[in-house]
Amino acid sequence: MRDKILYVLGALAILILARDLYVIAGLPQEAAQGAIFKIIFFHVPAAWTAIVAAITALTMSVQFLRTKDFKYDAAAVAVTEVGLAFLAANLVTGSIWARVIWGIWWTWDVRLTSALVCWLLYAGYLMLRHAIEEPTQRATFAAVFSILAFLDVPIVYFSIRWFRTQHPAPVFLSSNGSFPADWTRVLLSNWLGLLLLAIVMTAIRLRQEESQREIDSLRRAAHAM
Amino acid sequence: MSFARLVLVVMAKDLRAELRTKEALNASLAFAVVILVLLSFVIESDDVPQKALGNLLWLVFAFAGTLVLNRSFAREVPNDCLDALVAAPISGAALFLGKALASFLLVLAMELVALPVFGIFYNVRWAQQFWPLMLVTVLGTWGVTVIGTVFSALTVNIRLREVMLPMLTYPMLLPALLGAMELTGDLVTGTPIGPDTVTWLKLLVGFDVLFTAASVTLIEFILVG
Amino acid sequence: MNAVAVEGVWKFYGDFPALRDVNLEAASGACLALIGRNGAGKTTLLRAIAGFSKTGKGVIKILGTSPREPATRRNIGFIGHGIAVYDELSARENLTLYARLYGLPDPRQTAIEWLERTGLERVRDGLVREFSRGMRQRLAVARAFLHKPSVLLLDEPFTALDDRAIAVLQSLLRDSLAEGRTIVLSTHQLREALELASDVALLVRGQVAFHGPCTPEMVADPGLVYRRHGEG
Repeated sequence: MRDKILYVLGALAILILARDLYVIAGLPQEAAQGAIFKIIFFHVPAAWTAIVAAITALTMSVQFLRTKDFKYDAAAVAVTEVGLAFLAANLVTGSIWARVIWGIWWTWDVRLTSALVCWLLYAGYLMLRHAIEEPTQRATFAAVFSILAFLDVPIVYFSIRWFRTQHPAPVFLSSNGSFPADWTRVLLSNWLGLLLLAIVMTAIRLRQEESQREIDSLRRAAHAM
Repeated sequence: MSFARLVLVVMAKDLRAELRTKEALNASLAFAVVILVLLSFVIESDDVPQKALGNLLWLVFAFAGTLVLNRSFAREVPNDCLDALVAAPISGAALFLGKALASFLLVLAMELVALPVFGIFYNVRWAQQFWPLMLVTVLGTWGVTVIGTVFSALTVNIRLREVMLPMLTYPMLLPALLGAMELTGDLVTGTPIGPDTVTWLKLLVGFDVLFTAASVTLIEFILVG
Repeated sequence: MNAVAVEGVWKFYGDFPALRDVNLEAASGACLALIGRNGAGKTTLLRAIAGFSKTGKGVIKILGTSPREPATRRNIGFIGHGIAVYDELSARENLTLYARLYGLPDPRQTAIEWLERTGLERVRDGLVREFSRGMRQRLAVARAFLHKPSVLLLDEPFTALDDRAIAVLQSLLRDSLAEGRTIVLSTHQLREALELASDVALLVRGQVAFHGPCTPEMVADPGLVYRRHGEG
């Protein structure tokens, strides 16, 4: 049953993304930036997906501390990994866009910097998990870390924003321009596609994590013989 | 016994144990001086604005401070002392605050020695805004200490603790470091805290309060699961 | 009321149940010896009773309350694998520290009293890291007893002790039992343990395989419980 739902969701995600790709290719080029502007249809939804993943990771971590049920721990690690992948996609697409438009791969822009710091923050979560052997302790410590990291995200963002308002970064593109309504529709539809993809990836990773836990407990049982 | 007295008992214990060997304190001080010397090769004092030197000071504090913070919970590992502390009728919050206060005083001591050394090496008249600078140092150091102490507890059983702790703390600390850097950069050049920099002071206070509260709330989970 | 009551306790490491539905109790003044092979769950159980880790399911009560209650912790004394004293502090500083943490009325006096009882008064200002093994262990015993706990939890207390420390510990344990305190101890050293024990519990793979009073024939033949109820 769970398999079938996953297949359906996966197929739906591919369908939506393929259709959007076709629609995006057909959209007219943005006046100032040309075709590269269309990367925004992936860049922005990837960031939104990462934010949804962070909120889910927080919820799962709090639930784990409350219930000590390992399914929440598995969900937290699965969703964090997928969120990191999407945040990485956001960083990479942003970097590609910057290379084409600004001629540089990286600039210490508010959002790029915040995204990078958050990526490092949550990469720490995975490193911490990796280093702790005992499963109960690993899950508990990781959950605590996840909560602290989530509290830090808005402070990181605002502190970098204040920093940048005092030290203006080179702004190459001042006009936000107007984003046509039908483009917004495509953007949202693409977000839906990416979200579905994220859900499928999380579910697969979750199953892996559960198998891993089963293997670990069997190994422990074998040692105890 | 009252909460405050238990905090002081734990703090006095940590300070006494550290001051007897001075291992962490000496290492941290020596490291601070080494970085200050190394930085001189990076910066030609004349063409770098003194404000930037003030910013660098916090990198020195954060890097050298980690050597003290590494020891915080690691001190309890030999002989399983942590067990005896958890068994004693003292709340996790009191234990945490006692250990954090001890580390705070040690890091602060290192900083108060490093400050004049910095002034001499880089020819900065750092004491023009002495009391505001002390306020910022205290607030920034408490932020570093709270995060460092809670992560020291999270990494206590990890093999590569010394490597792990900086990787986990610095991204989390970024907002506090930014605030402290901005304010210190101004203060060491004699610029008082003005209406446009007071935001950073608020950020520092907010960071300290938020993460102290979060750590005190979550520490029981770290200590007993 | 039982001094120590373990009711339906499960403890998991991940999915692996290290303790399975453990039910045990020790009446006030009893001495319960937990025996079993390595990995049977003795340490896990003692740590759960001491309140160091939460149990997955089930309830543990010490004197009718949870072991995490500060008031309850005042009544628990624990000796684990480590000596739980600080190498950089002197013997007296260590004991004064714990006396303060337990909120005893006169920490300094208590520390000195216990240094005398464990024969360490001569080296009271020496740093623990300079102590011999036996001295360290006697200090650990003093640390665990100084707040006069009514429930003593001892994990392998006789392992790695020298003769003098064993003598100190055994006389303290006998005195404690005479004063009506309760002892739960885990051990492989059956002979030392069974001489003190009033009850015996055998753990096999996280389960209680036997729980009952300690009989003279067990003391005479320490391997008996293993042969009858263990895995042979």
